[in-house]
Amino acid sequence: MFKALHLTGVVAIVSLALAGCAAETPASNLTGTLNGAGASSAGSAQEAWIAAFQTANDGVTVNYDPSGSGAGRESFLSGAVAFAGTDSYLKDAELTTESPMCVPGTGFFEVPVYVSPIAVVVNVDGVDSINLAPATIASIFKGEITNWNDAAIAADNPGAMLPDLTITAVHRSDDSGTTKNFSNYLSKTAGDLWDGEVSDTFPYTVGEGASGTSGVIDAVTNGTGTIGYADASKAGDLVAAAIKVGEFWQGPDANAAAAVIPDSTPVADRSDTDMAIDLKRDSTAAGVYPLVLVSYLVGCNDYDDDAVGVLVNAYASYLTSEAGQTEAASSAGSAPVSGATRERAATITAAIK
Amino acid sequence: MANARSQVPKKRGDVVFSGLVTASGIAILVTLSAVAIFLVVESLPAFNPTADIGNAPDGFWAYVTPLVFGTLLAAVLALIFATPLAIGIGLFISHYAPRRIASSLGYVVDLLAAIPSVVYGLWGIQVLAPTVQPIYQWLNENLGWFPPFAGPVSGTGRTILTVSFVLAIMILPIMSALAREIFLQTPKLNEEAALALGATRWEMIQLSVLPFARSGLLSSAMLGLGRAVGETMAVAMVLSPAAVITFALITPTNPSTIASTIALDFPEAAGLNVNALIAAGLVLFVITMAVNITARGIITRHARKVAF
Repeated sequence: MFKALHLTGVVAIVSLALAGCAAETPASNLTGTLNGAGASSAGSAQEAWIAAFQTANDGVTVNYDPSGSGAGRESFLSGAVAFAGTDSYLKDAELTTESPMCVPGTGFFEVPVYVSPIAVVVNVDGVDSINLAPATIASIFKGEITNWNDAAIAADNPGAMLPDLTITAVHRSDDSGTTKNFSNYLSKTAGDLWDGEVSDTFPYTVGEGASGTSGVIDAVTNGTGTIGYADASKAGDLVAAAIKVGEFWQGPDANAAAAVIPDSTPVADRSDTDMAIDLKRDSTAAGVYPLVLVSYLVGCNDYDDDAVGVLVNAYASYLTSEAGQTEAASSAGSAPVSGATRERAATITAAIK
Repeated sequence: MANARSQVPKKRGDVVFSGLVTASGIAILVTLSAVAIFLVVESLPAFNPTADIGNAPDGFWAYVTPLVFGTLLAAVLALIFATPLAIGIGLFISHYAPRRIASSLGYVVDLLAAIPSVVYGLWGIQVLAPTVQPIYQWLNENLGWFPPFAGPVSGTGRTILTVSFVLAIMILPIMSALAREIFLQTPKLNEEAALALGATRWEMIQLSVLPFARSGLLSSAMLGLGRAVGETMAVAMVLSPAAVITFALITPTNPSTIASTIALDFPEAAGLNVNALIAAGLVLFVITMAVNITARGIITRHARKVAF
């Protein structure tokens, strides 16, 4: 009797295994581990990309450490990781550093993979929408406008009834690429007012500081009469202000954010594989939202270890493909990089070896 | 007789055990020196007076002084709030409460120590800060002439006073556990002598319990201070920082602490900024060591006085 049971068991297991085999899609034959580090702004997009990539290539493990843009670039240049995600493009000094990961003299690739609008979020009772010109935003965050019924805000919103309420302006207390992009935007559009240094640190000692995108959103949500700036995908139900672009009022729409890139100029004196862009913050075109954060993927053009090169090629090509950008847009709420920009990025990543 | 000890036979167990114990002692010294050497070596580029540090345009010392001020201010305020509370809880458990309530109260207070500091940070932002904000408003309107309550009042309540409340709750378990143990160790004879002479319960505590417990309470305060000085996540999440030195406790521009600044700025730091942050860590290390050495000095002096 036991022999019969034993036989049945063996048959059951074998048939299950065969059934599994039959259901399997043709799997990729890539294997290995790929390590990257860098910006936390692209963190949720990277998670979505890693999940999709590992599903399609189940022999590969990708690890991304969202330790920050600065830490990511340092890790890559010192050879600790194979690729980096960064909110600021590589500086000229960093370009001349040789990474131990690369074949000497072949240089780096730098492609934009993540574009996210930065929303100016507002929490005032009874306000469902609001327009704010760059000069108004600069004055609010500098502490020069202290009440919601100020004449400058009323001028931007003719006919709106704004309450007599003190403004609490919330900025990032930690160093962040979001602050750098916000500061850069205001220095280009309201430069006579916004004269502080453009860097990862908020340049003025006024207003509330909160740590992380979630900290700013929490502070704005839990306070009254609060205003802050944060990644639009995390803004939730908060009212996002429409900013003045030329003659138009534009809200943080994903397509409007992506429209900045074709409008902008590439950084001068960069190699063919470096797509670093100086964003056109003072754009006056319709349908463009210039208050965006662009995150780049950085790596070697020719890896010293060919196995790593093959993996980076596959991963980076996925990120710059239409499927990859759609995946990020749906999971992380970013604006998909599209059109000529994406095609050029895809050509660069296809040449990685 | 002087040679008696060297002639006691040593078994292998003795040799192994004494070797293990010595190795443990050496291991801790090696670890401490490894950390100290790392801190010193990595901080040196930041101490160079000609260094151009991005986050510290006016030099390293101008950068770190407000941080030292903020660290000490938050820790001292936390100690001011926590010490009377810890002594009260300790006395209640050891001398006033019925047995059953005493042990469960002690257990509940110890449970506070099990809560991670990130959770304290979340609680601080979501619950405590919005609750105390109207109180700060009231304090500013009625007592605004008193410098710590000067305006402008923070709109979200995330100030250094709120951080001190959170820190006080975090250091309460360890302080009250120590206080409890010390009060329970008061010699019964002293207590009963005081009661026999006609003292009331409070007078008995004043006469026999508190003097006996003084050095132990001091050491618990130093432990609490050490924990408060090094607390990172709760402060980083709750505090609204700015690089200022001020005694105003309810404004949105508060002096930040060293540990929380390192936590907030390290991810995006590069080059000399990293060295500056590690140098700030070295300053914190020195402060904590100084606090501990002072505490030990005071305790030893007290112990010598009390010993009979």
